[in-house]
This record gives sequence, C-alpha cells and structure tokens, in this order.
Amino acid sequence: MTSLDEKAVEHLATLARLKFSQEELKTIRGDLEQILGHVDQLTELNTDAVEPTSHGVALAAKFREDIRGAGLERDIALAEAPENLGEGFCVPKVIDG
Amino acid sequence: MRYETVIGLEVHAQLATQSKLFSESGTAFGEPANTQVDAVCLGLPGVLPVPNGEAVELALRAGLGLGCEIAEVSEWSRKHYFYPDLPKGYQITQFERPYAEGGGLPIEVKGKEKFVQLTRIHMEEDAGKSVHDDIGASGRSLMDYNRAGTPLIEIVTDPDLRSPDEVVAFLKLLRQTLRYIGVCDGNMEQGNFRCDANVSIRPMGEEKLGTRVELKNINSFKFIQSAIEYEVARQSTLLDSGERVIQETRLWDANAKKTKSMRTKEDAHDYRYFPDPDLPLLRLDRDHIEKVRASLPELPHVRRQRYMDMGIPDTDAATLTEEREVADFFETVHQVAGDLKLSVNWVLNEVLRECRDTGISQLKFDARSIGELVKLISDGVISGKIAKELFAELIKTGGSPARWVEERGLAQVSDSSAIEPIIDGLLSEHAGNVAAYRSGKKNILGFFVGQVMKATQGKANPKMVNELLRKKLDG
Amino acid sequence: MSKMCDIGIGEMTRGLESGAFTSEALIREVLSQVERDQALNIWLELKPSDVLLAEAKTSDERRSEGKALGPLDGVPIGIKDNINVRGLKTQCASKLLEGYRPPFNATVVEKLLAQGAILVGKLNMDEFAMGSSNEYSAYGGVKNPWDLTRVPGGSSGGSAAAVAARHVPGALGTDTGGSIRQPASFCGVVGLKPTYSAVSRYGVVAFASSLDQVGPLARTVADVETLFEALRGEDPLDSTSQELPHSDSAPSKGHLRVGVPEEYFGEGLSDEVRGALEQAKAVWQQFDVEFVPINLPHTHYGIATYYLIATAEASSNLSRFDGIRYGQRASDARTLEEVYEETRGRGFGKEVKRRIMLGTFVLSSGYYDAYYKKAQKVRTLICQDFDKAFETVDAILTPTTPSTAFRAGDNLKDPLSMYLADVCTINCNLAGLPGLSIPCGFDSAGLPIGMQLLGKPFGEATLFELGKRYENATQWTERRPS
Ligand SMILES: [Mg+2]
Ligand SMILES: [Zn+2]
Repeated sequence: MTSLDEKAVEHLATLARLKFSQEELKTIRGDLEQILGHVDQLTELNTDAVEPTSHGVALAAKFREDIRGAGLERDIALAEAPENLGEGFCVPKVIDG
Repeated sequence: MRYETVIGLEVHAQLATQSKLFSESGTAFGEPANTQVDAVCLGLPGVLPVPNGEAVELALRAGLGLGCEIAEVSEWSRKHYFYPDLPKGYQITQFERPYAEGGGLPIEVKGKEKFVQLTRIHMEEDAGKSVHDDIGASGRSLMDYNRAGTPLIEIVTDPDLRSPDEVVAFLKLLRQTLRYIGVCDGNMEQGNFRCDANVSIRPMGEEKLGTRVELKNINSFKFIQSAIEYEVARQSTLLDSGERVIQETRLWDANAKKTKSMRTKEDAHDYRYFPDPDLPLLRLDRDHIEKVRASLPELPHVRRQRYMDMGIPDTDAATLTEEREVADFFETVHQVAGDLKLSVNWVLNEVLRECRDTGISQLKFDARSIGELVKLISDGVISGKIAKELFAELIKTGGSPARWVEERGLAQVSDSSAIEPIIDGLLSEHAGNVAAYRSGKKNILGFFVGQVMKATQGKANPKMVNELLRKKLDG
Repeated sequence: MSKMCDIGIGEMTRGLESGAFTSEALIREVLSQVERDQALNIWLELKPSDVLLAEAKTSDERRSEGKALGPLDGVPIGIKDNINVRGLKTQCASKLLEGYRPPFNATVVEKLLAQGAILVGKLNMDEFAMGSSNEYSAYGGVKNPWDLTRVPGGSSGGSAAAVAARHVPGALGTDTGGSIRQPASFCGVVGLKPTYSAVSRYGVVAFASSLDQVGPLARTVADVETLFEALRGEDPLDSTSQELPHSDSAPSKGHLRVGVPEEYFGEGLSDEVRGALEQAKAVWQQFDVEFVPINLPHTHYGIATYYLIATAEASSNLSRFDGIRYGQRASDARTLEEVYEETRGRGFGKEVKRRIMLGTFVLSSGYYDAYYKKAQKVRTLICQDFDKAFETVDAILTPTTPSTAFRAGDNLKDPLSMYLADVCTINCNLAGLPGLSIPCGFDSAGLPIGMQLLGKPFGEATLFELGKRYENATQWTERRPS
C-alpha cells in the first residue's frame, strides 16, 4: 500500500505550484492514497522484458522547413495578458536571471 | 594543501537557423521585445511543436564535426520548472536519449596536448528573458519571449579540464570548430555561445571528486578565466580552513570580480523529465548521417596541422586557420601564386589588414587576384613598388593584376641590353658625378639608380640596375 | 416539434440543396431550440445571432449560385469548449481561462469552415476535459436531455447533449479515455473516437497528448462518417498526425467477424446493457456478421495504466496555465510565487488539481520508473492484446459503459468510483484504436444504452460499415427526448 505523508503531499503541491488549504491537503492526500492503492495492482505484472509504449500507433518523425513566418503581432500576443506594459508581459519582480 | 582543479563544461550554442526550433517566428537578435513570437513559442493553449529540419541538420553537423556517435533514434523530453521565462512550464530538450554521445577535441596548452572528451550533445529550445528588472521601481519585471524557442545544442564535456587555461583553449577551439562547420555564429555578446562550468577541487592525488559548484552563463573568455580562478581560490580557502564547499549555482559578477551564490529553492528542483508525447521519436537515417559526414569541411585543428606540415610557422598557421574563409582565401592565393612564403606574407599582412573590421567576404578583390599579384612579384615581373600600387587599386575596385600589367605595359625591364644603353647615356651626361663616385662618394650611386628608374618609368628591375651601375662605375 | 432540427446532416444537406429550406431557417430554429433549453446548460458561449444569421445567408447565397463548399455548407455544428475558434472564448470550462479568446483556429475548425459549416458556439464540458459526468465544469454541469436529474456523461457532455436535444445535428468533442463515447452513450447519440493521429490536435487544448483525439458526435453513423471525413488528415502543425493509409481491404460488403471480449462482460455490467448487446448481436447476425469470443487478458489493468499516463501528461500540459501570458491571474498576488500558486490554486477546480497532483507524483524523482515507466510497459501489453485479437477479427464489440446515465452527485464523493466507470472506453485510447459508440436501446427508466465497436488502427471504415448495417435495421436514433 502506497502511503504519502503530509510532507510529501506538500512537496508535490510546491512542485505543481498549487496552493491548498490544510483541509484540502488532507483530502487530496486521502484521494491520492486511494488511487495509488488501486494502481498498485500493476506490480502483479512482470514487465522486465517489456518495452514501453509512448503512443498506441506508430508515428514517423516529421520536420518543418526552416522558413520564417509572420508569427503574432505584438498587440495580439499581449492582448490576453493579465498585465502588460505595451512591450511585454509583466510579472512581479524576477530576482536573478 | 595543494589541490587539483576539476572542470566540466556545458556549452549552449545557438544553431544558425532563420526560424525557431519548433515554430515559425524569427531568431534575429536585437529586435524590439516580443516582436519575434508566435502562438507556439508563447505556449498558447492548443499549440503543438513541429521540429525545424534545418536545426536538426545543423545539430547533426555539429555532432559529426565533434566526432560524436550519432544515435539513429533519439527522443525529445520535457524538463519542468516554473519560471516566467519558460512559457510552457517546461523546456523541450533531450534527456534519456540524446542524439549524440562521445566525441571531443584535442587542445594544446603550453606545449602539452590533451584530448577533451565530450559526454554528449543534445538539442533543446532556449527560454525567454526578463528585460528590465524593476521597471520604474514598480517592483515589476517585463518578460520578452523573442528568444523563447530558439534552437540550441548543449555540449557537455567530461570533467577532463584541469585549469582555466585549458578551459579557454577548449572553448576557443570549440567555438572555432562550430563556426567552421557553419553551425553557430559563435557571437558571445549576443549570447549565441555561452558556457556553464562545473568547478570542483580535490587534494592532489585524490581520486574522489570534490563537491562541485556550477558557474552559470558566462559570456566572455575573459570572464570564464576570471570566474574559474576566483572559484578555485574560494574553494581552496574554504577547504584549508576546514570548511566545506556547498553544491550550488553561482554567478560571475563582473563588477565585483566575484562569484555570487544564486539563491534557489534546492528542494523544489525536481525536473520531472519524461518523453514529450507531442513529438515522435527523432529518427536519423544512417545513409543520411554518412552523407552529412562526407560534406563536412576540414576542421580547423586538422587544417592547422596540415599547414604546419607544409612548413608554415605555428603562429602563422594558427592565424591563417582562425576562420575558415581566411584559410580558404589563403589556399586559393597559394594555388594561383605557387610561392608559399610570399602567399603567407601577403595574406597575413596586406589582406588581413584590409579586412580587420569588415570580414574577408566584404572585400572588393578576391583570392585569385591576390594570387596573380603574388605570382607577378615572385616571377620578378613587377617591382615591389608597382605591386603596392596595384594592391591599392585592388582595394578600391578589384580586378585582375595580370591583365593590368599586360594592358598597361607595367612589366619591369630585366633585360640588360635594354638597360645598358640608358646607363651609358646617363654616365656620359653626368661625368662630374661619376668622378665624385670614383673619388669615394659612394652614396652617389643612389642618384644614378633614381635617374635610371625615372628614365624607365619605374619599370627597370632595380636589382639589375644596381648591379650594372656598380659594374660600370667600379669597373 | 420542429421538423428541421429532427433531421440529420445528410438529410439537411439534401434539404438545403433541393431548396426545401435555407440555412438561415435552420439557424433560426437552432437559436429557438437553444433558447428553449437554457436549463440544460449545454452552451458556454453562442455566436451572436446576427453573426450566425449573416453566415447562414452567405451560405445560402453560395448554394443558390451552385458554389456550395462541401456537404457541410450551411449546416450548424457545435464545438467543445477546449477547441479553439477565433472570435469565441476557449475557457475549457475553467475559471482560470475565463474570458480567454484565442488568436487562431484549431485545424479541425479550419477544416469545418472550409466546408462552409456554421459554428454555432462553444459547448460545456468537464474542466480541461477531466471528468465523466460534466459535473466538473466550473460553469455548472450539463443536464441529460433524457432525464434532467441525470448526468449527460463527460467530458464532452455538452456536445452529446446538444446533439441529443436537437440543437445541432453534429458536434465536435474530444476523447482521452472515453470522453466522446461515454456521453454519446448516455445521451443516445453516435460518437467516434478516431484512430490516434488520424485527426489533428492543433488548436485543441491538450489534456493527455498521447491519448487525446478530436472526434465527431451526431445522430447517425452516416453523419459521423461525413464529419470524420471532413476532419481527418495529416496536419503540418501536428507532429503526431498522419494520413489514413488507403485501406484497400476496407470491407464495405460481405462477411465480417466481430470479437466479443469476455473481460468486458463481467460483473458490474448491468443486465439491461447486457441484454441490449445480445439483441444487437442478433440483429447483426442477419446481416452477415459473425461473433466470436475473444480474450483481452490485460483489460482490467487499463484504468490504473490510464490514470498514471493521463495524469502525468496532464500535469505537464497544464503547467502553462500560470496567469502570465493569458488567463485569470489571482488579482491579489504580490510575489511571483503567489502569481503561480494562487492563480493555479484558485483557478483550477478540485478534479483538475487532484489529477495534476497525481501526475506530478508519477513523474517525480524516485517514482518515475515505478509508476510512469511501468504504466508505459503495461500499455505495451494492452496493445499486444488487441494486436493478437485483430489477427482473427475485423472489429470488437463491447458495451460503451457498464450502466446507463447515473444521477448527478452519485459519483462525486469518491473519485476512484468515477474513474472505474471508464473501464470499457479507456483501453481504446491506450492502444490508439478507433472506437465508435452507437445507441442500441433504452433501459426501463427510458435512458439510452450504448455499445462500442473497436477497430484496428485506421479501421474506421469497418466500424462505419458495421454501424450502418445495424442502424439501417433499427430505429433507435429516431427516438427523441421530450
Ligand atoms: Mg544543463
Ligand atoms: Zn541546456
């Protein structure tokens, strides 16, 4: 049975940049444990000699030509930004680049 | 205590493409913020990456040029972290299966040769950048995504380097090599060739590696040298005083001449790499790989050695092979002129002086015309003086010196039967000066040489004039 | 009781062509149907009526000049909210994307527009396509037109309900683990999840990139086929798209062998669904279709495998929603960290966050091999099951869902029970196969029952052929919710 301690769940929330209340964290921890409990059935299968599959059907590599296209006008690119200053997207100060 | 320095490098080189790695917007430097963007590189909802075939081709050339083993099948991966310069919250890179492994370059420092082994090369997309920190003291940063999605290769070396000198020698050769094969323009000021260095020290004779510090994003050879020197000193002081080196990322502060710790949430560093499900495996056909290998130019260090084997002095060979275009130019000059030493001198002195600011492709004249000029000199057809005049004309307009000499009758006169009557005439005309010479005023010879040259409009072979004059005056 | 909306795409095209009615009249009817059914909460945004009517008029003019663009010219179509239509919002039924208007069309949208289709508006769904009941829409769930206390299924619940309620004759949905087929089944319409790579994903907001496919919902198999033909094809903007290979052996007539996998008919399957499938088999047997028992031994590992792969990919795909370039930033966020954590913490709903957390765990260092890699290996075993089965059969028949539409709220308390309900549809996505859900009756409560045909990769033609043989012999698609 997979168990996740509180710390581990908080760490995941940090990694995923999701803010939870303590209450929510508790619920989500329970949910994750339940789902991982179900997932543990996969350990029944010996897959040592099995290759992983990334897509159900075979895909050929595809390339585009190196042609410069029109892209997006800056006004359009910025139109949906919650905060912009005409030239760019704005965020609270970034420390160190 | 005495320590050994151990350095491994991660070099990011921008591939010289028109458009981005996975989308159509341009890669030009210095454009206004957010004017080289498209839906894909901004990571808008619903977009998908399609690899730029030319970027892959350039990366392949780099891999082959650096002697790597090329994987016929490699894989794109996603590297996750949240930062405003990373539009999708992940960078598309290669992780478990890079396209190139192994390879390396031979360097020479203070007469000691050494082969620097590469671990791998992988392709990846660049991030954007924050333009002004703290705009108008408002506590805001402005994000510019012009650079986001620009194609890069990351070249990773084994921890083979032992001194800042070796690092700089390696980086210079690497940069030169990438420029030779046309993969990267190597412009460090524009950030097209930048280097991270993993630096650690260990007591002399110790096998185990010390704790490494990552020096990030250093964009000049001078800074790299200083940053590593500073870091080695800092770590030595720590160890000597019984303290420990912390594994961390540090930045070079060029003003303070110090490395500074870059505070990061170390516990939040879990990149969660996994194969990018938007991209099929990257397949490179073996035949194609071999075709590209065959199309590569001679590499700079090989060419330099060949020049030295031809008898060109080491430093001259180095200068001639510094840039591929110069070496190509030199080889044409030599081929046309035949005279090795004269060809080397003319290219190194006259030609390189003319293109110091512009670059050799901007010149009005081509290598063939310099070859003709050098041949005219070495065959004794024209005098040095006339050669200089013709070169000045080449600089202005370009053209064919061989044709000029023929059309304008500039060939110098080396036929004694043509010069002797002129000399005889002059000697009888200036009997007083002849007497003065014979009485010991030997420097009057110069007067006679000048008169002969004047009479022949500079075409007489000056060496022959001297000889004939002496014979007649002394004899 | 309007006649025009009762007909399917094929008949609609014929009516437009013969001049029996105009596209403008169709659109007026759509608008009045939608107006009447507000309570179903099907649409998140409708194109303004004057714009719709103008588009319809233009279509009518084209047609009268003999210049109709294709079989869909003037036909009203609905689009799931996670598919970009320029000018309309793409909110993915999420608060985080409230008001977001994309600057470009999805490739599938371009394809419909090239045929002259009239895109009516955006259809409600589970937030970011994560859910099986539509209850995870941040804008309120869709109600099942057959019984307003029931869910329409999900995540393409709005798409299925819009077709079932006769708002539009066809709609686009997306299917990552059954999100087209399950709501099609719950709402009594036909839905196709195409072969992975057959239809472009460009402009479709990604949930799980290796599983997502866009597909059509309509009232008949023939209409679904018409839409699929319009949608499919290699797209230079999608590296994972490809042309359907020309199947020279697509059996349009003659004997067909259909496998019936024991694993899909075990406990948990309602008697009424089981009974409906038995009857369907009897219908088919009259039309040269033979049924053979087969085994897909790794079937029951599908859900675990799916939830590992889908959530891992989702956690990555949803990283871009950070409130910097688009979307709703938490207005009181002062630091950069707050921009991320508050925007995402408040903007995403409960189910989305649950899946991001699971996916983040699956990919995190130390667990990647045990969970993600392991799941990809089991995926291989599931694919191999199908490969083996398709050596002897042309298609596979299963229920689409173990039971008919459940009551709103029934599965909300326990996320796992909601996941388990996807048991019949999930492996099709893992293996990249085409899956077609077809109505095959009603239960005693009057709720539609659906069955699923699975085909070989690019075997859509076989599924359509089977579907049409059944449909021509039955009348289920003619029944309509009151
Ligand atoms: Mg690195
Ligand atoms: Zn890198």
